[in-house]
Amino acid sequence: MTTTPYSWKHKDLCALADHSAEELLTILHTATAFKGVGERNLKKVPALRGKTLVNFFIEPSTRTRISFELAAMRLSADVVNISASASSLEKGETLLDTARNLEALRADLIVIRHKSAGSARFLADRLNASVINAGDGAHEHPTQGLLDAFTIREKLGRIEGVKVAIVGDILFSRVARSNIQLLTKLGAEVTLVGPPTLVPASFSSLGVRISHSIDEVLEQSDVINLLRIQHERQRKEYFPGVGEYTARFGLTRKRAERLKEECLIMHPGPMNRGVEIDSDVADGRGSVILDQVTNGLAVRMAVLYLCSGGAPLSKPDANS
Amino acid sequence: MHIKGGRVIDPANGVDEVRDLFVTDGIIVEEKPDHAELIDASGKVVTPGLIDIHVHFREPGQSHKETIATGSRCAAAGGFTTVVCMPNTSPVADSTATIAWIQERAAATACVNVFCTGAITRGLGGEEMAPIGALAAAGVVALTDDGRCVQNHGVMRRAVEYAKQFGLPLMDHCQEATLSADGVMNEGEWSTRLGLPGWPSLAEDLIVSRNILLAEETGHPIHCQHISSARSVRLLREARRRGVPITAEACPHHISLTDEGLKTFDSNFKVNPPLRTPADIDEIIAGIADGTITILASDHAPHAPYEKEVELDQAPFGMLGLETELAVFLEILLHQRKALSLPEIIALLTINPAKLLRLDRGTLSNGAPADITILDPGHAWTYDKNDSASLSRNSPFHGMSLRGRALVTIVGGKTVWDLESGFRS
Repeated sequence: MTTTPYSWKHKDLCALADHSAEELLTILHTATAFKGVGERNLKKVPALRGKTLVNFFIEPSTRTRISFELAAMRLSADVVNISASASSLEKGETLLDTARNLEALRADLIVIRHKSAGSARFLADRLNASVINAGDGAHEHPTQGLLDAFTIREKLGRIEGVKVAIVGDILFSRVARSNIQLLTKLGAEVTLVGPPTLVPASFSSLGVRISHSIDEVLEQSDVINLLRIQHERQRKEYFPGVGEYTARFGLTRKRAERLKEECLIMHPGPMNRGVEIDSDVADGRGSVILDQVTNGLAVRMAVLYLCSGGAPLSKPDANS
Repeated sequence: MHIKGGRVIDPANGVDEVRDLFVTDGIIVEEKPDHAELIDASGKVVTPGLIDIHVHFREPGQSHKETIATGSRCAAAGGFTTVVCMPNTSPVADSTATIAWIQERAAATACVNVFCTGAITRGLGGEEMAPIGALAAAGVVALTDDGRCVQNHGVMRRAVEYAKQFGLPLMDHCQEATLSADGVMNEGEWSTRLGLPGWPSLAEDLIVSRNILLAEETGHPIHCQHISSARSVRLLREARRRGVPITAEACPHHISLTDEGLKTFDSNFKVNPPLRTPADIDEIIAGIADGTITILASDHAPHAPYEKEVELDQAPFGMLGLETELAVFLEILLHQRKALSLPEIIALLTINPAKLLRLDRGTLSNGAPADITILDPGHAWTYDKNDSASLSRNSPFHGMSLRGRALVTIVGGKTVWDLESGFRS
């Protein structure tokens, strides 16, 4: 990987693990410039005019797919959405063949969500089109990691030294892995919180701390990022049930009272109110959950723009 | 045939000396025959033909991956004169008809000796015993459900007890299925980084323990295939010290590659049991050096490119092995680690597997079949999978620089392959 400060020379974004801190800051700075576009009355720039983006979502998603679609539209790209049920994958075509067909139709950018870890990288290595990972199994969700970091930086003015607790189903979470990669590269102190079955000791090799008690981290955290318990991926052998999970790891109102006043409460969505987060807390002081969604647009605009060969926008600031 | 001036290593007879070797009518003889074909082996090493007791030649049923003909050419090009095929063909080798088909096919198309294993259970289903007596009569050399470890301990116990009357050893792919679950790679730091489901060492260790107990209980040999885990090595070491009739094999990839190889999601590194950690490699090599692991094998497992060119979790397990096997073993065990001497390594590739499966091979004794490998342990080369004799290309060793290579492969007194001119037929 190139480590030229503040540059981006890649056609793809598959995993934040593949990139240097400088490259990832390049995306964040460019996103800052694009955020202004979304705040304007006329929410469109011609940066990707004439380019075609295919949203290739083989796993269900609304938020991420719409966010990529709007990001592409704001950059003036043409957008096509396809889902698994509407694709030839249902008829037994391989992922690679389907993607090659999209490329033969001259798609410039392919945004892929897929249940298999490594599927974005698999296509990126074999296609000339840009491939953007919108979530590959439990591996990474790079734009979510970027928008989370963007939000922290926007709200707290820095990332270095910030204490971030990520709570929940870490083992199966691509959001957690992208957050860990980016935040540790940018100097944050990350603590993973959850039961040992969902936060196994092997995560300590990623430069993070591990805690099996949310009560241990409440007072010290600058950011608390709550992950959904992913019922569809989980079997009963990982924890006894939602009730016990909420009792031990849920951010209840009572626990929220122990947070620092300025602590950010984050959630990548979709939220299960009353499970990992109390409903009042989700809507209350410190919650930046909807800011995350808004920032996702700016981050995805930056990613699409840079992977299409756009020059980085905005000078790096001293706080990063 | 007169093989002249080579360093003859014949571990079965404790031989390691420069001398000539003579062959008449496919048999090793003491006296030089008249008009013998001369092969100059000076500066080279002459060993019994190498034996690999763990290969998948995919016939019948999956001849798009490999055939007995192409698989045997891989063997010959790797210096192997005898291979033992696993029964996970289609149909499964669980009947005398399928065994007979494979034997006939091998007689007609193979350029090396091909022996069969039979399934332990019908259809590798893990429930009903295969017709073990009939399979024994048909000439299988061992029983195994390779790739589909028998999960039911009661079934496995009865199979071991039943096989004992025929003297047929069992070979087991040690994998406890509830622990390995949907795992595709070693459970550890890299599965954590890559978000891929883990296949923990524990799943191997548990079945190795089971097999130790069954071998001890029944007094009948069980062979643990392709050991990948450090703790399995320690369990085996302790059991063998107590005299339990348990043996084990190691594969080239499990002593040369780690789970980090999967960091680019390259399915050529996906194998079962999975590549593990440097600590596992160290313990497996220690186990080979101290006699815990007595057999080396490849687990040659061809898969067509289109089958491997899919999402990693969808790709089949397995990698090619026969053509790189000798070189990887010599590179790691002899050159890099200096863990064993050349004669010690040759024993693990000849007489040891022959003894386990009671094959009349693996030695250069007078009167033995003239299966002979001439090799150069220092020959430096780079493996190119595009030169492979296999129908498949799924090798993680592509482009790797290695030291050690077979130069001439002689089966039954006939040269079937040599490095200079390739295959003879």
